[in-house]
Amino acid sequence: MIAMQATTGRATDAAASPVPAFMTRDVCVFYGQKQALTNVSLDIHRNQVTSLIGPSGCGKSTYLRCLNRMNDIIDGCRVTGSILLDGQDIYAGSMDVVHLRARVGMVFQKPNPFPKSIFENVAYGPRIHGIAKDKTELEAIVHNSLEKAGLLAEVKDRMDQPGTGLSGGQQQRLCIARAIAVQPEVILMDEPCSALDPIATARIEELIDELREHFAIVIVTHSMQQAARVSQRTGFFHLGILVETGDTEQIFTNPRDKRTQDYITGRFG
Amino acid sequence: MGSEHTVKSFDEELRRLDNMLAEMGGLAEVQLQSALEALIRRDTEKAAEIVANDRRLDHLEAEVDQHTIAMLARRQPMAKDLREIVGALKVASMIERIGDYAKNVAKRTAAIAEMPPVPSAQTVVRLGGLAQQMVKDVLDAYLSRDLDQAKSVRARDRELDALYTSIFRELLTYMMEDPRNISACTHLLFVAKHIERIGDHATNIAEIVHFLVTGEMPADERPRQDESEMTIVTAHTTGGEN
Ligand SMILES: Nc1ncnc2c1ncn2[C@@H]1O[C@H](COP(=O)(O)OP(=O)(O)OP(=O)(O)O)[C@@H](O)[C@H]1O
Ligand SMILES: [Mg+2]
Repeated sequence: MIAMQATTGRATDAAASPVPAFMTRDVCVFYGQKQALTNVSLDIHRNQVTSLIGPSGCGKSTYLRCLNRMNDIIDGCRVTGSILLDGQDIYAGSMDVVHLRARVGMVFQKPNPFPKSIFENVAYGPRIHGIAKDKTELEAIVHNSLEKAGLLAEVKDRMDQPGTGLSGGQQQRLCIARAIAVQPEVILMDEPCSALDPIATARIEELIDELREHFAIVIVTHSMQQAARVSQRTGFFHLGILVETGDTEQIFTNPRDKRTQDYITGRFG
Repeated sequence: MGSEHTVKSFDEELRRLDNMLAEMGGLAEVQLQSALEALIRRDTEKAAEIVANDRRLDHLEAEVDQHTIAMLARRQPMAKDLREIVGALKVASMIERIGDYAKNVAKRTAAIAEMPPVPSAQTVVRLGGLAQQMVKDVLDAYLSRDLDQAKSVRARDRELDALYTSIFRELLTYMMEDPRNISACTHLLFVAKHIERIGDHATNIAEIVHFLVTGEMPADERPRQDESEMTIVTAHTTGGEN
């Protein structure tokens, strides 16, 4: 496969590839003197949803932020170990961080659309990354991304209105559309539904399941039921350690580690 | 069952479930014990009592159903809790079936009591004793989540099946020897079959215990073989001529 296709069409041929999108080994993260993660080794596979669960403060968000180097902007934060995206060390000096963040998109807990039109929210990324060669192509990308995010029907007649005027659930889908507009390989989601009602949550979950066809998805969630519903793999973090990973079904029916068992059955004091 | 839930009322609900199952199990044991006694003593009055008492088990099972469904909805249990609750649901239905078979034995007793005794009755009573011990042990294993005891029950089902198969042959032989035995022998054969089925349910419960404790169903093929399905007793082997 030639290089140009590899950046834009990688996800489609990914199912056949046994190589994980992310291979992370012995990842440690320090905030100043304080160690937040200790020797986390985890693979993130394409066309799968990996959910990360664990009690508050166990390091889920910290781990997620390592994957697109969002920790770089935190003062005193230091990351060690190896994090390979398609075999490439993302912490190598040669890595273009802006490009990395296009390849590894992120959706946050609180929907955070730009204070711009719906169209501009989605068009922004492709434009700065030079993904569309002309206006028609840009419109097609915006259209397509909104479609994939399941939002198109609701906004197609109001593309020039501010994204901030949408409902919470719609805003979150707009943020997802914005993330997928730059044709990423991996989408990171940090508690994407925690500000949404059950119906909006169900729509996002449905969407996550559809997006899996094209991307590797990592989702941090505090809802065991959500992790059980949307993911194929689950990792349980506790006190900065990745205690257990496994097929989601196994983790939620028959976890191997007592700490996992205690957490998911609500036995942590 | 290990450490407590952060939400105390969840533990209470699980304890209540255990108590319901203990009550069901105790009742089923008594029903089976009484059914076997009534059979030995040809006591039709007692048999009628057993038939009437079966309703209590049906009610209890319905209560367990209700309680577990409410728990599933309320707690959305995971892992061990999920296994506990689903396990209880299944075990309750198996206990209810055991009760049904005890009731069926009692119903046959009424008919058998009207007829001349058949020599095989003693072997059927022995079969009943084996099944009774299996039921008692498996209920203990369930309530104490004792994997070893569950395994031992599961292993004993083979013995029960073998004895059932030999009873089957024996009764067939009597029937061919003297057609006047057919009626009594047929009833007794049904009794034996009911008891054999009780053993199967005890084995099923043993498998649930395995699942509760380990998170997996037993891997090996179940050691069960009812050979009566393939048993043929031909007339001339018994010396009969027509
Ligand atoms: N910017 C920061 N500076 C210093 N310490 C931090 C910073 N961010 C996180 N930490 C610490 O690192 C540890 C892990 O935090 P992190 O936010 O990754 O946890 P989390 O699992 O995402 O928790 P939650 O479920 O509450 O979001 C915590 O002890 C936290 O206090
Ligand atoms: Mg977090």
